[in-house]
Amino acid sequence: MKPARWTYWVMLPLALVFWAILARILDTALLPGPATVFETLIAAAQSGELGHHLGVTLRRVLISFVLAMVLGVVLGVWMGRSLLANALLDPLLVLFLNLPALVVIILLYVWFGLVETAAVMAVVINKVPNVAVTVREGARSLDPQLEQMARVYQFTDWQRVVHVWGPQLFPYLMAATRGGLALIWKIVLVVELLGRSDGIGFQLHLAFQVFDVASILAHSLAFVGVVQLIELVVLQPMERRASRWRTAGVTHA
Amino acid sequence: MLELRLSDHRQRHSVLGDIDVTIAAGDRICLLGPSGVGKTTLLNTLAGLDPRLSKGAIASRDDLRVGYLFQEHRLLPWRTVQQNLALVGATPEAVTRSMVDVGLSGYEQYLPNQLSTGMARRAALARCLAISPDLLLLDEPFASLDPDRAHELRSLILALLDAHPAMAMICVTHDPKDADYLANRLWYLAGRPAQLQWDGTLRSDASAESITGRLRQEARTETV
Repeated sequence: MKPARWTYWVMLPLALVFWAILARILDTALLPGPATVFETLIAAAQSGELGHHLGVTLRRVLISFVLAMVLGVVLGVWMGRSLLANALLDPLLVLFLNLPALVVIILLYVWFGLVETAAVMAVVINKVPNVAVTVREGARSLDPQLEQMARVYQFTDWQRVVHVWGPQLFPYLMAATRGGLALIWKIVLVVELLGRSDGIGFQLHLAFQVFDVASILAHSLAFVGVVQLIELVVLQPMERRASRWRTAGVTHA
Repeated sequence: MLELRLSDHRQRHSVLGDIDVTIAAGDRICLLGPSGVGKTTLLNTLAGLDPRLSKGAIASRDDLRVGYLFQEHRLLPWRTVQQNLALVGATPEAVTRSMVDVGLSGYEQYLPNQLSTGMARRAALARCLAISPDLLLLDEPFASLDPDRAHELRSLILALLDAHPAMAMICVTHDPKDADYLANRLWYLAGRPAQLQWDGTLRSDASAESITGRLRQEARTETV
Protein backbone atom coordinates (compact mmCIF):
# COMPACT_ATOMS: atom_id res chain seq x y z
CA MET A 1 0.00 0.00 0.00
CA LYS A 2 1.16 3.51 -0.79
CA PRO A 3 1.89 5.47 2.41
CA ALA A 4 0.13 8.80 2.96
CA ARG A 5 1.79 11.94 1.62
CA TRP A 6 2.48 13.40 5.06
CA THR A 7 4.77 10.48 5.93
CA TYR A 8 7.41 12.16 3.76
CA TRP A 9 7.31 15.16 6.09
CA VAL A 10 7.88 13.50 9.47
CA MET A 11 11.59 12.89 9.88
CA LEU A 12 12.92 16.17 8.47
CA PRO A 13 11.00 18.53 10.83
CA LEU A 14 11.73 16.13 13.68
CA ALA A 15 15.46 16.35 12.96
CA LEU A 16 15.15 20.13 12.85
CA VAL A 17 13.47 20.23 16.27
CA PHE A 18 16.06 17.85 17.69
CA TRP A 19 18.84 20.05 16.33
CA ALA A 20 17.25 23.22 17.80
CA ILE A 21 16.86 21.64 21.24
CA LEU A 22 20.40 20.24 21.25
CA ALA A 23 21.82 23.63 20.21
CA ARG A 24 19.83 25.35 22.97
CA ILE A 25 21.05 22.93 25.65
CA LEU A 26 24.72 22.94 24.61
CA ASP A 27 24.71 26.69 23.94
CA THR A 28 28.08 26.75 22.13
CA ALA A 29 29.36 28.55 19.03
CA LEU A 30 30.40 25.13 17.66
CA LEU A 31 26.75 24.11 17.23
CA PRO A 32 24.61 27.07 16.20
CA GLY A 33 20.85 26.54 16.15
CA PRO A 34 18.73 26.46 12.99
CA ALA A 35 17.75 30.11 13.43
CA THR A 36 21.38 31.28 13.49
CA VAL A 37 22.23 29.18 10.43
CA PHE A 38 19.21 30.57 8.62
CA GLU A 39 20.24 34.14 9.46
CA THR A 40 23.76 33.44 8.13
CA LEU A 41 22.21 32.00 4.99
CA ILE A 42 20.05 35.09 4.44
CA ALA A 43 22.96 37.43 5.07
CA ALA A 44 25.18 35.54 2.63
CA ALA A 45 22.42 35.53 0.06
CA GLN A 46 21.78 39.27 0.44
CA SER A 47 25.43 40.17 0.03
CA GLY A 48 25.40 38.25 -3.27
CA GLU A 49 28.32 36.17 -2.03
CA LEU A 50 26.26 32.97 -1.70
CA GLY A 51 24.74 33.32 -5.16
CA HIS A 52 28.15 33.86 -6.74
CA HIS A 53 29.81 30.84 -5.15
CA LEU A 54 26.73 28.66 -5.59
CA GLY A 55 26.71 29.55 -9.28
CA VAL A 56 30.40 28.76 -9.68
CA THR A 57 30.05 25.37 -7.97
CA LEU A 58 26.87 24.56 -9.87
CA ARG A 59 28.61 25.33 -13.16
CA ARG A 60 31.48 22.99 -12.28
CA VAL A 61 29.01 20.29 -11.23
CA LEU A 62 27.04 20.55 -14.47
CA ILE A 63 30.09 20.58 -16.75
CA SER A 64 31.66 17.59 -14.99
CA PHE A 65 28.32 15.82 -14.87
CA VAL A 66 27.66 16.16 -18.59
CA LEU A 67 31.22 15.10 -19.51
CA ALA A 68 31.16 12.15 -17.12
CA MET A 69 27.75 10.97 -18.32
CA VAL A 70 28.66 11.18 -22.01
CA LEU A 71 31.99 9.40 -21.59
CA GLY A 72 30.57 6.88 -19.13
CA VAL A 73 27.58 6.01 -21.32
CA VAL A 74 29.74 5.53 -24.43
CA LEU A 75 32.19 3.39 -22.49
CA GLY A 76 29.46 1.43 -20.71
CA VAL A 77 27.46 0.66 -23.85
CA TRP A 78 30.61 -0.34 -25.71
CA MET A 79 31.76 -2.64 -22.91
CA GLY A 80 28.27 -4.07 -22.50
CA ARG A 81 27.92 -4.88 -26.20
CA SER A 82 31.43 -6.04 -27.07
CA LEU A 83 33.05 -8.88 -25.17
CA LEU A 84 36.45 -7.86 -26.54
CA ALA A 85 36.09 -4.26 -25.35
CA ASN A 86 34.99 -5.54 -21.97
CA ALA A 87 37.94 -7.91 -21.65
CA LEU A 88 40.37 -5.16 -22.61
CA LEU A 89 38.94 -2.38 -20.48
CA ASP A 90 37.57 -4.17 -17.44
CA PRO A 91 40.88 -4.27 -15.48
CA LEU A 92 41.33 -0.54 -16.09
CA LEU A 93 37.78 0.08 -14.97
CA VAL A 94 38.33 -1.79 -11.72
CA LEU A 95 41.55 0.16 -11.16
CA PHE A 96 39.86 3.53 -11.63
CA LEU A 97 36.80 2.48 -9.60
CA ASN A 98 39.06 1.86 -6.62
CA LEU A 99 41.38 4.80 -7.06
CA PRO A 100 40.60 7.21 -4.20
CA ALA A 101 39.08 10.49 -5.38
CA LEU A 102 41.61 12.42 -3.34
CA VAL A 103 44.55 10.79 -5.14
CA VAL A 104 43.19 11.75 -8.56
CA ILE A 105 42.58 15.32 -7.41
CA ILE A 106 46.06 15.74 -5.90
CA LEU A 107 47.82 14.19 -8.89
CA LEU A 108 45.99 16.36 -11.44
CA TYR A 109 46.70 19.52 -9.44
CA VAL A 110 50.36 18.52 -9.17
CA TRP A 111 50.66 17.76 -12.87
CA PHE A 112 48.54 20.52 -14.39
CA GLY A 113 48.61 23.19 -11.69
CA LEU A 114 45.70 24.66 -9.75
CA VAL A 115 43.61 25.37 -12.87
CA GLU A 116 39.97 24.94 -13.77
CA THR A 117 40.67 22.19 -16.33
CA ALA A 118 42.48 20.07 -13.75
CA ALA A 119 39.59 20.53 -11.32
CA VAL A 120 36.93 19.46 -13.80
CA MET A 121 39.06 16.60 -15.13
CA ALA A 122 39.58 15.28 -11.62
CA VAL A 123 35.83 15.13 -11.04
CA VAL A 124 35.16 13.52 -14.41
CA ILE A 125 37.81 10.83 -13.90
CA ASN A 126 36.28 10.03 -10.54
CA LYS A 127 32.77 9.68 -11.91
CA VAL A 128 33.19 8.02 -15.33
CA PRO A 129 33.87 4.50 -13.96
CA ASN A 130 30.67 4.55 -11.87
CA VAL A 131 28.56 5.60 -14.84
CA ALA A 132 30.25 3.03 -17.09
CA VAL A 133 29.64 0.17 -14.64
CA THR A 134 25.95 1.02 -14.25
CA VAL A 135 25.32 1.53 -17.97
CA ARG A 136 27.27 -1.63 -18.82
CA GLU A 137 24.70 -3.65 -16.86
CA GLY A 138 21.97 -1.99 -18.91
CA ALA A 139 23.71 -2.63 -22.21
CA ARG A 140 24.14 -6.29 -21.29
CA SER A 141 20.44 -6.69 -20.62
CA LEU A 142 19.26 -5.19 -23.91
CA ASP A 143 16.51 -7.41 -25.32
CA PRO A 144 17.95 -9.60 -28.14
CA GLN A 145 14.44 -10.15 -29.52
CA LEU A 146 14.03 -6.44 -30.16
CA GLU A 147 17.49 -6.43 -31.76
CA GLN A 148 16.27 -9.03 -34.26
CA MET A 149 13.15 -7.00 -34.88
CA ALA A 150 15.24 -3.88 -35.51
CA ARG A 151 17.41 -5.81 -37.99
CA VAL A 152 14.50 -7.27 -39.92
CA TYR A 153 12.85 -3.89 -40.24
CA GLN A 154 16.16 -2.21 -41.10
CA PHE A 155 16.21 0.37 -38.34
CA THR A 156 18.85 3.06 -38.79
CA ASP A 157 21.51 3.44 -36.09
CA TRP A 158 19.78 6.58 -34.92
CA GLN A 159 16.41 4.80 -34.59
CA ARG A 160 18.07 1.97 -32.75
CA VAL A 161 19.68 4.30 -30.20
CA VAL A 162 16.66 6.53 -29.66
CA HIS A 163 13.77 4.10 -29.89
CA VAL A 164 15.18 0.66 -29.02
CA TRP A 165 18.20 1.15 -26.76
CA GLY A 166 17.36 4.47 -25.10
CA PRO A 167 14.15 3.39 -23.37
CA GLN A 168 15.77 0.14 -22.23
CA LEU A 169 18.79 1.97 -20.83
CA PHE A 170 16.70 4.70 -19.24
CA PRO A 171 16.44 3.18 -15.71
CA TYR A 172 20.20 2.64 -15.70
CA LEU A 173 20.81 6.20 -16.89
CA MET A 174 18.52 7.44 -14.11
CA ALA A 175 20.46 5.45 -11.52
CA ALA A 176 23.72 6.83 -12.88
CA THR A 177 22.30 10.36 -12.87
CA ARG A 178 21.04 10.19 -9.29
CA GLY A 179 24.21 8.65 -7.91
CA GLY A 180 26.21 10.92 -10.20
CA LEU A 181 24.76 14.20 -9.07
CA ALA A 182 25.21 13.33 -5.40
CA LEU A 183 28.76 12.06 -5.85
CA ILE A 184 29.90 14.79 -8.21
CA TRP A 185 28.93 17.74 -6.08
CA LYS A 186 30.72 16.24 -3.10
CA ILE A 187 33.89 15.74 -5.13
CA VAL A 188 33.59 19.25 -6.58
CA LEU A 189 33.66 20.63 -3.04
CA VAL A 190 36.87 18.75 -2.28
CA VAL A 191 38.39 19.95 -5.55
CA GLU A 192 37.44 23.54 -4.67
CA LEU A 193 38.73 23.23 -1.15
CA LEU A 194 42.11 21.99 -2.34
CA GLY A 195 42.80 24.22 -5.29
CA ARG A 196 40.26 26.83 -6.32
CA SER A 197 39.61 30.34 -5.03
CA ASP A 198 35.85 30.36 -5.50
CA GLY A 199 32.86 28.06 -5.09
CA ILE A 200 31.13 26.56 -2.07
CA GLY A 201 34.14 24.35 -1.32
CA PHE A 202 36.37 27.40 -1.08
CA GLN A 203 33.87 29.12 1.23
CA LEU A 204 33.82 26.03 3.44
CA HIS A 205 37.60 26.19 3.55
CA LEU A 206 37.50 29.80 4.77
CA ALA A 207 34.83 28.99 7.35
CA PHE A 208 36.82 25.97 8.54
CA GLN A 209 39.87 28.13 9.25
CA VAL A 210 37.90 30.26 11.72
CA PHE A 211 35.63 27.42 12.91
CA ASP A 212 32.59 29.28 11.60
CA VAL A 213 30.15 26.36 11.90
CA ALA A 214 27.11 28.48 11.05
CA SER A 215 28.65 29.42 7.72
CA ILE A 216 29.64 25.82 7.00
CA LEU A 217 26.12 24.58 7.61
CA ALA A 218 24.52 27.48 5.73
CA HIS A 219 26.59 26.87 2.60
CA SER A 220 26.17 23.12 2.53
CA LEU A 221 22.43 23.32 3.21
CA ALA A 222 22.09 25.81 0.37
CA PHE A 223 23.63 23.32 -2.02
CA VAL A 224 21.61 20.39 -0.70
CA GLY A 225 18.56 22.54 -1.42
CA VAL A 226 19.70 23.12 -5.00
CA VAL A 227 20.25 19.39 -5.62
CA GLN A 228 16.84 18.62 -4.09
CA LEU A 229 15.31 21.18 -6.44
CA ILE A 230 16.95 19.52 -9.45
CA GLU A 231 15.55 16.18 -8.27
CA LEU A 232 12.02 17.55 -7.92
CA VAL A 233 11.89 19.81 -10.95
CA VAL A 234 13.95 17.87 -13.51
CA LEU A 235 14.58 14.23 -12.58
CA GLN A 236 11.26 13.12 -11.12
CA PRO A 237 9.03 14.56 -13.87
CA MET A 238 11.39 13.09 -16.49
CA GLU A 239 11.21 9.70 -14.83
CA ARG A 240 7.43 9.76 -14.53
CA ARG A 241 7.09 10.66 -18.19
CA ALA A 242 9.48 7.95 -19.39
CA SER A 243 8.03 5.21 -17.20
CA ARG A 244 4.40 5.76 -18.11
CA TRP A 245 4.39 2.83 -20.55
CA ARG A 246 5.33 0.39 -17.77
CA THR A 247 2.04 0.83 -15.94
CA ALA A 248 -0.07 1.15 -19.08
CA GLY A 249 -0.86 -2.57 -19.32
CA VAL A 250 -1.71 -2.86 -15.63
CA THR A 251 -4.22 -0.04 -15.52
CA HIS A 252 -5.99 -1.06 -18.71
CA ALA A 253 -6.12 -4.84 -18.76
CA MET B 1 12.89 -13.68 -55.20
CA LEU B 2 14.87 -15.42 -52.48
CA GLU B 3 17.19 -18.40 -52.57
CA LEU B 4 18.75 -20.20 -49.65
CA ARG B 5 21.69 -22.52 -50.36
CA LEU B 6 23.02 -24.13 -47.24
CA SER B 7 24.53 -27.15 -49.06
CA ASP B 8 27.03 -25.19 -51.23
CA HIS B 9 28.44 -23.51 -48.20
CA ARG B 10 30.00 -26.35 -46.36
CA GLN B 11 29.53 -24.75 -43.02
CA ARG B 12 28.58 -26.68 -39.97
CA HIS B 13 25.28 -25.32 -38.88
CA SER B 14 24.28 -26.83 -35.58
CA VAL B 15 20.57 -27.09 -36.31
CA LEU B 16 20.01 -26.92 -40.05
CA GLY B 17 21.40 -29.46 -42.53
CA ASP B 18 21.54 -29.24 -46.32
CA ILE B 19 18.63 -27.07 -47.28
CA ASP B 20 18.29 -25.62 -50.76
CA VAL B 21 15.12 -23.70 -51.42
CA THR B 22 13.86 -21.06 -53.79
CA ILE B 23 10.94 -18.86 -52.95
CA ALA B 24 9.01 -17.20 -55.76
CA ALA B 25 6.45 -14.41 -55.73
CA GLY B 26 3.02 -15.71 -54.86
CA ASP B 27 4.32 -18.74 -52.98
CA ARG B 28 2.23 -19.50 -49.93
CA ILE B 29 4.32 -21.90 -47.96
CA CYS B 30 3.44 -23.56 -44.70
CA LEU B 31 6.37 -24.98 -42.78
CA LEU B 32 5.56 -27.96 -40.61
CA GLY B 33 7.63 -30.32 -38.55
CA PRO B 34 8.11 -31.76 -35.07
CA SER B 35 8.58 -29.19 -32.31
CA GLY B 36 12.15 -28.18 -31.60
CA VAL B 37 13.35 -29.28 -35.02
CA GLY B 38 14.44 -25.80 -36.11
CA LYS B 39 11.46 -24.26 -37.86
CA THR B 40 12.01 -20.86 -36.25
CA THR B 41 15.75 -21.16 -36.92
CA LEU B 42 15.01 -21.67 -40.62
CA LEU B 43 12.67 -18.72 -40.62
CA ASN B 44 15.29 -16.53 -38.93
CA THR B 45 17.87 -17.70 -41.44
CA LEU B 46 15.59 -16.73 -44.31
CA ALA B 47 15.09 -13.34 -42.66
CA GLY B 48 18.86 -12.86 -42.61
CA LEU B 49 19.06 -13.02 -38.84
CA ASP B 50 21.65 -15.79 -38.58
CA PRO B 51 25.04 -14.20 -37.93
CA ARG B 52 26.90 -17.49 -38.52
CA LEU B 53 25.74 -17.67 -42.09
CA SER B 54 28.38 -16.81 -44.70
CA LYS B 55 27.59 -14.26 -47.34
CA GLY B 56 26.19 -15.85 -50.45
CA ALA B 57 24.21 -18.51 -48.66
CA ILE B 58 21.22 -16.28 -49.16
CA ALA B 59 20.62 -14.67 -52.51
CA SER B 60 17.79 -12.21 -52.64
CA ARG B 61 16.74 -9.13 -54.50
CA ASP B 62 18.46 -6.12 -52.92
CA ASP B 63 15.27 -4.26 -52.26
CA LEU B 64 13.40 -7.27 -50.93
CA ARG B 65 11.11 -6.11 -48.17
CA VAL B 66 10.52 -8.68 -45.46
CA GLY B 67 7.69 -8.46 -42.94
CA TYR B 68 8.27 -10.77 -40.01
CA LEU B 69 5.54 -11.65 -37.51
CA PHE B 70 7.45 -13.09 -34.57
CA GLN B 71 5.88 -15.43 -32.02
CA GLU B 72 5.83 -12.52 -29.59
CA HIS B 73 4.53 -9.23 -30.91
CA ARG B 74 7.93 -7.52 -30.50
CA LEU B 75 6.40 -4.10 -30.78
CA LEU B 76 8.35 -1.51 -28.82
CA PRO B 77 6.32 -1.40 -25.58
CA TRP B 78 7.27 2.25 -24.93
CA ARG B 79 5.87 3.46 -28.26
CA THR B 80 2.25 3.59 -29.37
CA VAL B 81 1.08 1.24 -32.11
CA GLN B 82 1.11 4.13 -34.55
CA GLN B 83 4.68 5.09 -33.61
CA ASN B 84 5.72 1.46 -33.97
CA LEU B 85 4.35 1.36 -37.48
CA ALA B 86 5.86 4.72 -38.39
CA LEU B 87 9.27 3.52 -37.17
CA VAL B 88 9.48 0.82 -39.83
CA GLY B 89 8.98 3.51 -42.44
CA ALA B 90 5.22 3.46 -42.92
CA THR B 91 3.62 6.65 -44.18
CA PRO B 92 0.59 7.93 -42.24
CA GLU B 93 -1.64 6.58 -45.03
CA ALA B 94 0.04 3.17 -44.84
CA VAL B 95 -0.45 3.14 -41.06
CA THR B 96 -4.17 3.88 -41.41
CA ARG B 97 -4.59 1.37 -44.24
CA SER B 98 -2.85 -1.52 -42.48
CA MET B 99 -4.64 -0.82 -39.19
CA VAL B 100 -7.94 -1.04 -41.08
CA ASP B 101 -6.72 -4.21 -42.82
CA VAL B 102 -6.17 -6.01 -39.53
CA GLY B 103 -9.34 -4.61 -37.97
CA LEU B 104 -7.63 -2.42 -35.40
CA SER B 105 -8.56 1.07 -36.59
CA GLY B 106 -9.08 3.29 -33.56
CA TYR B 107 -6.30 1.62 -31.60
CA GLU B 108 -3.44 3.66 -33.13
CA GLN B 109 -2.71 5.56 -29.92
CA TYR B 110 -2.66 2.49 -27.66
CA LEU B 111 0.52 1.12 -26.17
CA PRO B 112 1.20 -2.53 -27.08
CA ASN B 113 0.77 -3.67 -23.46
CA GLN B 114 -2.72 -2.23 -23.37
CA LEU B 115 -3.80 -4.66 -26.08
CA SER B 116 -4.79 -8.29 -25.60
CA THR B 117 -2.55 -11.05 -26.99
CA GLY B 118 -4.63 -11.43 -30.11
CA MET B 119 -4.90 -7.69 -30.74
CA ALA B 120 -1.18 -7.17 -30.16
CA ARG B 121 -0.46 -9.91 -32.69
CA ARG B 122 -2.74 -8.23 -35.20
CA ALA B 123 -0.98 -4.92 -34.49
CA ALA B 124 2.32 -6.66 -35.21
CA LEU B 125 0.78 -8.04 -38.40
CA ALA B 126 -0.21 -4.48 -39.30
CA ARG B 127 3.44 -3.52 -38.92
CA CYS B 128 4.40 -6.32 -41.36
CA LEU B 129 1.85 -5.07 -43.86
CA ALA B 130 2.71 -1.40 -43.41
CA ILE B 131 5.95 -1.85 -45.32
CA SER B 132 4.12 -3.58 -48.23
CA PRO B 133 6.34 -6.66 -47.92
CA ASP B 134 7.39 -8.91 -50.78
CA LEU B 135 7.86 -11.72 -48.31
CA LEU B 136 5.75 -12.27 -45.22
CA LEU B 137 7.20 -14.52 -42.51
CA LEU B 138 4.79 -15.78 -39.87
CA ASP B 139 6.03 -17.72 -36.86
CA GLU B 140 3.22 -19.71 -35.21
CA PRO B 141 0.70 -16.90 -35.79
CA PHE B 142 -2.17 -18.90 -34.25
CA ALA B 143 -0.40 -20.09 -31.10
CA SER B 144 -1.92 -19.10 -27.73
CA LEU B 145 -5.10 -17.77 -29.30
CA ASP B 146 -8.47 -19.28 -28.47
CA PRO B 147 -10.10 -21.19 -31.39
CA ASP B 148 -12.35 -18.28 -32.38
CA ARG B 149 -9.54 -15.72 -32.44
CA ALA B 150 -7.30 -18.19 -34.28
CA HIS B 151 -9.98 -18.73 -36.90
CA GLU B 152 -10.47 -14.97 -37.28
CA LEU B 153 -6.77 -14.41 -37.79
CA ARG B 154 -6.57 -17.30 -40.28
CA SER B 155 -9.36 -15.79 -42.38
CA LEU B 156 -7.74 -12.39 -42.09
CA ILE B 157 -4.38 -13.69 -43.35
CA LEU B 158 -6.07 -15.54 -46.22
CA ALA B 159 -7.92 -12.37 -47.20
CA LEU B 160 -4.67 -10.39 -47.09
CA LEU B 161 -2.89 -12.97 -49.23
CA ASP B 162 -5.71 -12.84 -51.77
CA ALA B 163 -5.55 -9.04 -51.75
CA HIS B 164 -1.78 -9.11 -52.44
CA PRO B 165 -1.30 -12.04 -54.84
CA ALA B 166 2.36 -11.19 -55.52
CA MET B 167 3.32 -11.35 -51.85
CA ALA B 168 5.03 -14.58 -50.81
CA MET B 169 4.36 -16.08 -47.40
CA ILE B 170 6.12 -18.59 -45.20
CA CYS B 171 4.10 -19.62 -42.18
CA VAL B 172 5.43 -21.84 -39.42
CA THR B 173 2.68 -23.89 -37.85
CA HIS B 174 2.18 -27.23 -36.19
CA ASP B 175 -1.31 -27.79 -37.56
CA PRO B 176 -1.60 -29.29 -41.09
CA LYS B 177 -5.12 -27.85 -41.26
CA ASP B 178 -3.58 -24.35 -41.33
CA ALA B 179 -1.56 -25.45 -44.35
CA ASP B 180 -4.60 -26.80 -46.18
CA TYR B 181 -6.42 -23.57 -45.47
CA LEU B 182 -3.67 -21.07 -46.29
CA ALA B 183 -0.92 -22.62 -48.36
CA ASN B 184 -0.25 -23.71 -51.91
CA ARG B 185 3.10 -25.27 -51.01
CA LEU B 186 4.19 -27.42 -48.10
CA TRP B 187 7.56 -27.75 -46.40
CA TYR B 188 8.12 -30.51 -43.90
CA LEU B 189 11.24 -30.10 -41.79
CA ALA B 190 12.59 -33.05 -39.80
CA GLY B 191 15.76 -34.85 -38.80
CA ARG B 192 18.94 -33.81 -37.05
CA PRO B 193 20.45 -31.78 -38.57
CA ALA B 194 17.12 -30.74 -39.97
CA GLN B 195 16.37 -31.16 -43.64
CA LEU B 196 13.32 -30.58 -45.76
CA GLN B 197 11.71 -34.01 -46.06
CA TRP B 198 9.05 -32.58 -48.30
CA ASP B 199 8.84 -29.57 -50.58
CA GLY B 200 5.87 -29.71 -52.90
CA THR B 201 2.78 -27.95 -54.02
CA LEU B 202 -0.49 -28.66 -52.31
CA ARG B 203 -3.49 -29.78 -54.32
CA SER B 204 -6.90 -30.89 -53.30
CA ASP B 205 -5.99 -34.57 -53.87
CA ALA B 206 -2.82 -34.27 -51.78
CA SER B 207 -3.67 -32.46 -48.60
CA ALA B 208 -1.14 -31.35 -46.02
CA GLU B 209 -2.84 -33.57 -43.49
CA SER B 210 -2.34 -36.73 -45.52
CA ILE B 211 1.25 -35.81 -46.49
CA THR B 212 2.38 -34.97 -42.96
CA GLY B 213 0.57 -38.02 -41.63
CA ARG B 214 2.50 -40.21 -44.05
CA LEU B 215 5.83 -38.48 -43.24
CA ARG B 216 5.28 -38.95 -39.51
CA GLN B 217 4.41 -42.59 -40.11
CA GLU B 218 7.62 -43.12 -42.12
CA ALA B 219 9.71 -41.48 -39.40
CA ARG B 220 8.14 -43.77 -36.84
CA THR B 221 8.79 -46.97 -38.81
CA GLU B 222 12.42 -45.88 -39.42
CA THR B 223 13.11 -45.50 -35.75
CA VAL B 224 11.48 -48.86 -35.06
